[in-house]
Amino acid sequence: MADLSSNFVGIKSPNPFWLASAPPTDKEVNVRRAFDAGWGGVVWKTLGSEGPPIVNVNGPRYGAIWGADRRLLGLNNIELITDRPLQVNLDEIRRVKKDYPDRALVISLMVPCDEESWKDILHRIEDTGADGVELNFGCPHGMAERGMGSAVGQVPEYIEMVTAWVKHYSKMPCIVKLTPNVTSILPPAIAAKRGGADAVSLINTVKSITNVDLDDFSPFPMIDGKGSHGGYCGPAVKPIALNMVGEIARHHETRGLPISGIGGVTTWRDAAEFMAMGAGNVQVCTAAMTYGFKIVEEMISGLSQYLDEKAMTQTQLVGRAVPNFVEWQDLNLNFVTKAKIDQDLCISCGRCFAACEDTSHQAIDMSAERVFTVKDDECVACNLCVNVCPVQGCITMERVEPGKVDARTGKVVPAEHGDWTTHPNNPMRVAAE
Amino acid sequence: MTANALTPGIVSGRLPPDELGTNFSDLHPKLDDHEALVAADRCYFCHDAPCITACPTDINIPLFIRQISTGTPEAAAKTILSQNILGGMCARVCPTETLCEQACVRETAEGKPVRIGELQRYATDRLMDKGIHPFSRAASTGRRVAVVGAGPAGLACAHRLAMKGHDVVIHDARPKAGGLNEFGIAAYKSTGGYAQKEVEWLMQIGGITVKTGVALGAGLTLDGLKAEYDAVFLGIGLAGVNALGAEGEDKTGVMDAVEFIAELRQAGDLSKLPVGRDVVVIGGGMTAIDAAVQAKLLGALNVTLVYRRGRDRMNASPFEQDLAASKGVRIVTNASPVRVIGNGSLREIEFEYTDDALKPTGQTFRLAADQVFKAIGQTLEGSGALALEGRKIAVSGAGRTSVAGVWAGGDCASGGDDLTVTAVAEGRDAAEDIHTSLMAEG
Repeated sequence: MADLSSNFVGIKSPNPFWLASAPPTDKEVNVRRAFDAGWGGVVWKTLGSEGPPIVNVNGPRYGAIWGADRRLLGLNNIELITDRPLQVNLDEIRRVKKDYPDRALVISLMVPCDEESWKDILHRIEDTGADGVELNFGCPHGMAERGMGSAVGQVPEYIEMVTAWVKHYSKMPCIVKLTPNVTSILPPAIAAKRGGADAVSLINTVKSITNVDLDDFSPFPMIDGKGSHGGYCGPAVKPIALNMVGEIARHHETRGLPISGIGGVTTWRDAAEFMAMGAGNVQVCTAAMTYGFKIVEEMISGLSQYLDEKAMTQTQLVGRAVPNFVEWQDLNLNFVTKAKIDQDLCISCGRCFAACEDTSHQAIDMSAERVFTVKDDECVACNLCVNVCPVQGCITMERVEPGKVDARTGKVVPAEHGDWTTHPNNPMRVAAE
Repeated sequence: MTANALTPGIVSGRLPPDELGTNFSDLHPKLDDHEALVAADRCYFCHDAPCITACPTDINIPLFIRQISTGTPEAAAKTILSQNILGGMCARVCPTETLCEQACVRETAEGKPVRIGELQRYATDRLMDKGIHPFSRAASTGRRVAVVGAGPAGLACAHRLAMKGHDVVIHDARPKAGGLNEFGIAAYKSTGGYAQKEVEWLMQIGGITVKTGVALGAGLTLDGLKAEYDAVFLGIGLAGVNALGAEGEDKTGVMDAVEFIAELRQAGDLSKLPVGRDVVVIGGGMTAIDAAVQAKLLGALNVTLVYRRGRDRMNASPFEQDLAASKGVRIVTNASPVRVIGNGSLREIEFEYTDDALKPTGQTFRLAADQVFKAIGQTLEGSGALALEGRKIAVSGAGRTSVAGVWAGGDCASGGDDLTVTAVAEGRDAAEDIHTSLMAEG
């Protein structure tokens, strides 16, 4: 069995699966259950300053979208940071860490954007035995209205400033959690690095409204006839998160900065994808909130089997896809594929035909007997038919080998790489080497 | 003395009332909201869907299922009913496993089709329970059309004609409308008086009058109808029953399966309905299965269904055959009745094995029988001067008969399977043709 033990910025855990700072990590009872279930680490639900506790709404906190059979695909929340007294949380953290010394326990923090507040909170948590801190610069709702959370994460100068305070007043590893509610994830990541962050974690939730109540005409979750935006997470945000993780992993100013990958990690496969895109470990929330803590068993067995089958270590997996994450202009335009339908697997639903005929390139033929075949002279290899086909593996993209004629263009497929940067249609082209 | 399964002869009360109640409850209970959503989620919304092609009434099945999955079952029902006004009954009685569900791509993919029939019932029941009739009549045309037969073909024809603004009078020999929906379907397929409820719901369109107790040759003549009305539609079904052609078939205890089924459907108290101890049903269609299963459910000790050809030639669908087997009906194939034995009343029936070409093999066997149901097909009666094709009224196009101004559809007309859904399609299409022809007359 593959070695899944993890060392993320000096924080050790038996596996790379951590629970993200969120309701599952709000209390001792939850965290103990999580560790007993096998989670490698937790980021404790965000603590605020000493003082009267935060209050939450007393109506619904979550909204959701679903796929077929009510599979939860996206979850939206308007819950704030912990609403329990600071000292209660600190006492619980100390007890839990003492009983689970091999697990990672990181404390998420969010206090007002002044040096005293950060100095004070760091002082209060230093003897809990926690392994590190995560700075919550991500929550887009509620706390942002008070100048915290994503209100900080959207201003790189603030990120750098607060990170520097944290590194000044604490020796603990510092992870900066980033908000995706920005035009580019790079300036916040660069600022975190400049401030001295040991790592970044992303993504926090995406500003969202999941649905509108069509009887009461209010966004949902609806509190007494009104709704405010929440933070969106779950499988639906994974593509957004993967891109942002990859952008940080490949950018010359942030390359090498450790990343804790967050955003819709639901299975071992999602985790492996985040790691290949540069994440040193992953944090999970929505999947646990949907299915409970026991899913970690599948994540452990799945990642382990995958690494064994690939004869690869975790270290070899992390970042392995990053060199292949390029700009569009670098894609090889001489790589030609055509869709191919496996007639033995085809169930004749015709969805590929409807999709191609109605919305794409009219490249699928439908016979009177409902046999569907690809017209190579029309197929641009867009992959839509593959995506709408309900049978996995029924439609595949087959490469037209170099030297063969592309039936659509009538031209021989060149063997050499040719991209937009040197393409004759590109007025900004550079001379081919 | 209370009867039980072992009591000889044709007696009532073989089973206690509560057991009868259970036996004759809904074969497929209605899907609840959650079940319907789960079932609807499985539909792939196929292009030019094979299920539509397989449906004799061309219901837009992917659309109605999508309407269910998006929380608008009433709209789903309208999609169904606009093609098939008896979509509620068809959802209960259609052999979906050989029609839409056989064609479903998920049958191809994993041997488990989308539950189209049950979803159709979910939608249509919802609409009818709300008392909604989603269609309205066009302005009156002043034209009058006679429909003979208040079965599926006649009702479908009448509704479509009424919707187009014509005045329709339906004539039927039975005391109430519904035809085979009311008198010819196993009770567990249409519970709670559904057939009558559906007729009443259908009549909400307006412009339809029903006259009962009249039939061609019994108060009606084709010439008389032609003189009185602007057009005539015949949906008279097959009122006659084929004879066995076996010696002694006039003995007491030999009955028509269709009569048994009708009596059972009309019985107020099933514990008063007599059934034999040893029942033999002869035939291989739905009627034979319905009679055999219901005889068993009434408490008959032994029920044997005997069909003269092989199992693959049985008209009853595999689902129906399995249903019969699951209720304890024994199915014997490749055997024809030779003689009915008994001194006045029935005691035994003798069969001879036949090969697939129906050639007698000389080997015989006897089955104990105190009741025999004949279910070997029905015949046309009262077609008068109309040209026939085979043993049915010859029709061309949308049900046009050899006589101008007279249309026919359903079981009495040539072509098509003898299914409720086919009858509905033929009645509907004839109505469209009648409408076109009446309007062309100006």
